[in-house]
Amino acid sequence: MSSLPVFQGGHPEAAARFVENEPRTHWHDQSLWFVREKRDRAASLVPDWEALRDAAAGIRAHVRGRLPELLEEFERNAVARGAKVHWAADAGEHNEIVHRILAERGVTRLVKSKSMLTEECGLNPYLEARGIEVVDTDLGERIVQLRHEPPSHIIFPAIHLKREEIGELFHEKLSTPAGLSDPTKLTEAARGHLRQRFLRAQAGLTGVNFAVAETGGVVVCTNEGNADMGTSLPPVHIACMGVEKIVPSLEHLAVLIRLLARSATGQPVTSYTSHFHGPMPGGELHIVVVDNGRSRLLADPAVRGLLACIRCGACLNTCPVYRRSGGYSYGWVVPGPIGSALAAARDPASHATLPFASTLCGSCDAVCPVRIPIHDTLLGERRTLAARGLIAPGKRLGLALVGLLLRSRASYEAAGGLLRFALKWFPRFLLYGPWNVWGRRRELPAPPVESFRQTWRRTRGPLPSPAPRGKGSPGTSAGGSPRG
Amino acid sequence: MGAPPGTLLRARPAGATWQTPPVRAALFVPCYVDQLWPGAAMSAVRVLEAHGVEVVFPEDQTCCGQPMANAGLAAAAEPLARRFLEVFGGFDAVVCPSGSCTSMVRNHYDPFLAGAPGFDRLKARTYELCEFLVDVLGFRGAQGRFPHKVALHQSCHGLRELGLGVESESTRPKSNKVDGLLRTLGGIELVPLARADECCGFGGTFAVGEEAVSVLMGKDRIADHEQAGAEIVTGTDVSCLIHLRSLAQRDRKPLKFMHVAEVLAEALP
Repeated sequence: MSSLPVFQGGHPEAAARFVENEPRTHWHDQSLWFVREKRDRAASLVPDWEALRDAAAGIRAHVRGRLPELLEEFERNAVARGAKVHWAADAGEHNEIVHRILAERGVTRLVKSKSMLTEECGLNPYLEARGIEVVDTDLGERIVQLRHEPPSHIIFPAIHLKREEIGELFHEKLSTPAGLSDPTKLTEAARGHLRQRFLRAQAGLTGVNFAVAETGGVVVCTNEGNADMGTSLPPVHIACMGVEKIVPSLEHLAVLIRLLARSATGQPVTSYTSHFHGPMPGGELHIVVVDNGRSRLLADPAVRGLLACIRCGACLNTCPVYRRSGGYSYGWVVPGPIGSALAAARDPASHATLPFASTLCGSCDAVCPVRIPIHDTLLGERRTLAARGLIAPGKRLGLALVGLLLRSRASYEAAGGLLRFALKWFPRFLLYGPWNVWGRRRELPAPPVESFRQTWRRTRGPLPSPAPRGKGSPGTSAGGSPRG
Repeated sequence: MGAPPGTLLRARPAGATWQTPPVRAALFVPCYVDQLWPGAAMSAVRVLEAHGVEVVFPEDQTCCGQPMANAGLAAAAEPLARRFLEVFGGFDAVVCPSGSCTSMVRNHYDPFLAGAPGFDRLKARTYELCEFLVDVLGFRGAQGRFPHKVALHQSCHGLRELGLGVESESTRPKSNKVDGLLRTLGGIELVPLARADECCGFGGTFAVGEEAVSVLMGKDRIADHEQAGAEIVTGTDVSCLIHLRSLAQRDRKPLKFMHVAEVLAEALP
């Protein structure tokens, strides 16, 4: 049920459909910009915020370099505390392991707190097809689950929905009064509804924000306390984590925790930062550690930096493209700049438009708490796409032709002259034909009479060069004297 | 000992004199500036020459290759990067009225030119115009009058890749070389934008490949400049200015657009 919406074409087409409703797009943009501004204020209140980011980037790089040892250390310590650690090579294995744990214990009712990893693995439909009721207990997650939609944002799963729409949904699914759209009342209704699910659940599943190698504990950050409820009531707790979630020690964890909530929502800290060190008395704790393509990223120097991501969502909130195209336009479980980079790193052919769903403005890099060079990674991925022949032929050939013209001064000047001639003399219907995408909603520039170099030659030179033309020569020199 | 007439305000290191040896700079004029907005380059020449810089225009230059490089087409971009090194490699300073093209040379030529003789030197000596005025010539403000309400559009590559200013995402103390130059002009009123440095949505091929989002981003920037009460929008990059102007013209907005070199040149006494 959590499959992504049918996705015609690539990001540009999906984004264009989103932008068609301009007031709604502006509302979406403003909602996320509000979070971005909260993040700015929260960051500015931390002395040495930039140094903290440096430290975090260093910690994450260190973890990448020592991942196998740290994972083994984590397993030893987690097992010593009574947890059971399972290893999954891919999404299929992950789903089988979770299902086996549940099936062996006769569990038919599972409550979940937020986990992008289980979204990535498609766990919900897998379990539901096997007769297990899965209830997402994060409010936003529950909303999109009731709508049979995936999350559109990794922190705010239902950010694309207005409260009136949530009111309608709750009226239909939770029998709230028609027309009720007060956020507090809707939240109360959801709480009552979820409380029943918590009490009935036989097992709870959570994601993992961090796993501490030194202690063998896993850390889950939420604002609603739903992870704590879901792991305290039922006797079985399953925690699912990607291999990259490891931190060496609590000291390192502290650096990342200080950055996470501030970057994500602008809060100094999430309402709940829960440390699970072994099972509760009489209960079971299963930790499922998943690779699912991460080792492949780790092996590629061009994209391995992406594994530093702590899924704060700050790059989504600041991205002017994400804010105006919505999470679904990306067609992958993690949207926005980091999602584009991850998706294209994992499978360039299936996500060929995502590295281009960015102006390369660099705002993502500037907010990233672990200093991932996201926009440079996207640029590198464009080169990978080109090298694999995955750039649309029209664009590839057109730009290759322009590139050829630019390789000689004569052809460049001729092409430039032709361009200015066309802009000046061609009739509008020719200039603004259907081939002119630029001109659909923008004017073409009015051409100047002369190019800069024509004016320069007319007024300044060409003066004899002090040195012969050619390699290493500075070319025509005509400066120095005052004009006129 | 005062500053020579008609110059930018220059902050001198102690003991320095105004009679610094003449600086010689090669002007790197991006292709679209050359063909579509030559006034930006002419104004850059005027500003540089007014301050004693000897300006050289190497006529063999064409394009730095950014459009191809940003599309991932390394094979098409590489010959242009090599050509750029040949044309400009011999100069002490290369000055460009564009942050984006300067950043191409400084930050994005590595895949094509790493290890090439003279490349590191070229990278270190290629400057965006305002950066050159501030960092090399030592100006802390511009002289002259420009009695208009002006909004500064921060172009992303100049801001975040070259560090012409401190971006809004950062917690470092705010400073901005371009703003610093403009702010001292007589009569100028620099109006603040609601979003200080949001992208205009040009993004090279993005403007066409992602037309819908690009257009909306541009319109949103224009709305911000309008609500700020700007009469003139200026910036370091003609690419962004053309994008914004093309949208404003289609919607018949009265906003005017000038490259920052044009503002500085027009203000010259």
